[in-house]
Amino acid sequence: MTDTSTPTTAARRIEEEPLARRSTVLHDLATVARRACRSVFREPEFFIPAIIVPVFFFVVNIGALQDVAEGGAAAAGQELDFKAFQLPVAIIFAVTGVSRASALVIDIQDGYFDRLLLTPIRRPALLLGLMAADLMAVLMLAIPVTALGLILGVSFETGIVGIVVFLLYGSLWGLAFAGFPYAIALKTGNPAAVNSSFILFFPFAFLTTSFLPQEALTGWLSTIATYNPVTYVLQGLRSLITEGWVWDDLAKGLLAILGVTIVSFGLASAAMRGRISHR
Amino acid sequence: MTVAIATHDLRRSFGANHAVDGVDLEVRAGEIYGFLGPNGAGKSTMVKVLCTLLSPSSGTATVGGFDVATEADEIRLRIGVALQEASLDPKQTGRELLQLQGMLYGLSKPNIRRRMDDVIGLVDIGSAIDDLVESYSGGMKRRLDLAMSLIHKPQILFLDEPTTGLDPVSRNDVWKEVRTLNRQEGMTIFLTTQYLEEADELAGRVGIIAQGRLEAEGTPAELKRRIGTDLIVAKIDGDLDAAADAVRDVDGIDSVEVHGEELSAAASDGAGAISGVAVALNGSNHRVTSLTLRTPTLDDVFLDVTGAKLSASHEASDTSGEAAS
Repeated sequence: MTDTSTPTTAARRIEEEPLARRSTVLHDLATVARRACRSVFREPEFFIPAIIVPVFFFVVNIGALQDVAEGGAAAAGQELDFKAFQLPVAIIFAVTGVSRASALVIDIQDGYFDRLLLTPIRRPALLLGLMAADLMAVLMLAIPVTALGLILGVSFETGIVGIVVFLLYGSLWGLAFAGFPYAIALKTGNPAAVNSSFILFFPFAFLTTSFLPQEALTGWLSTIATYNPVTYVLQGLRSLITEGWVWDDLAKGLLAILGVTIVSFGLASAAMRGRISHR
Repeated sequence: MTVAIATHDLRRSFGANHAVDGVDLEVRAGEIYGFLGPNGAGKSTMVKVLCTLLSPSSGTATVGGFDVATEADEIRLRIGVALQEASLDPKQTGRELLQLQGMLYGLSKPNIRRRMDDVIGLVDIGSAIDDLVESYSGGMKRRLDLAMSLIHKPQILFLDEPTTGLDPVSRNDVWKEVRTLNRQEGMTIFLTTQYLEEADELAGRVGIIAQGRLEAEGTPAELKRRIGTDLIVAKIDGDLDAAADAVRDVDGIDSVEVHGEELSAAASDGAGAISGVAVALNGSNHRVTSLTLRTPTLDDVFLDVTGAKLSASHEASDTSGEAAS
């Protein structure tokens, strides 16, 4: 070094009060959610595949399997409304994996995430705000799928209130699962890794009672389905359609959702802490 | 005198790479401080530490009188930052992003409206402010990025290579905006740049950083005076050391340095000394391909303190397309 000046003046605080101030978590959450919700409406590519997949499976499964499933049940002396049985599956297909995680990765790559970190925003709002947009998105997907079920003749034992609970219940599952892609997005900052998180969807959505009731499953599939939280979510959703207010089924489903939420958002929170720690 | 930014023995390492390596500096409130260095010198790392995105490995740093390691929240309320790449959401309009930024800084609705009018006027984006950012040109993105960093009227503004990649017209616009902010708002501005001209034009004081170390500091005029009043630069085909020896004996020459194919002779009266230099070189039978007289630039200072030309490293990085760090 040839001419380095060493600080000789004690750093004094600039006395002028800043115009900026810290807001509440709720205010910050609403601000982040506002932007995320606006983006959802500006990205049709976010919705179109997400709505096609559940509608496709719902219609094809009914067309291909309804007679076989209902005939088999009748032969065993049981009554089965296969459309009602499949509607919760369509909801699970619609809401599982829906999140703003891809947008979060783009924010990380483009530097907008750093811009957010430079503001006095409360850090939990960065994730919670996106979840608020996710809630809106999953409801926007679940509502048309449920409407299709109603059009095809599915009726709810629990009435209109049951339909609302059905939508919220499915949406809660969607939110619980969203923690996984967020964890991957925050940990890796890599869009390909986030897209590959869709793989998680398959064991959750298919190794369960998607096509047959639990008692009809055998062997390893039955064992896995017993430990798959989606089994209990489906059970809770189906109870609202065909059985009425079965609190036991609803509670088991909610516990399953809570368990997945704890795991997925535990991972997402840890990844967030890692990303915003001063590296 | 209020000190806006102060660092003492500040270090930041990434494994074995010491990106910032024991920097001591002091930036006074209200001044424009230029941090000049080539790609990879440690400029952006320094900015990221000062604006709380990175924590120091050791040493201390205060911004606005608050410690970057322990009082980051207080610092964030007082600083504005435009990082090297314009960090914007392409799916929002310019107006939406500014409004959002105001909300993130906790401004009231009337304050947001007032400040939006102020910053939109300053950066001159025009009616495009209501268009989606994805339709903006590079220059417009930079200007919006600057507007976003100003929405909360920060006391200290960090600009990390604000004009890299911009065309000359956009570069001049940004310079004008920086001067306006400093003169009219009294804003302290910490500006990193790899452009000598930019540091010369804007900065009241300049720090030269190379390999993470602050190698020299002063006003552009002070730094240039280190070299001498005038410089006589000769490009020579032949033995440069022998030519330098010949020039050293010329009356009025203060010092002679050899860099690459060039020989630089510092003189307090270049016009008076240049004929002697020409005669000396001619007499020593060297083939002189060019002989010029000019005043020193910051590039000469950079060459003097680091042994390398900043303009050469800049051109090399432009050619290779390397990202600045």
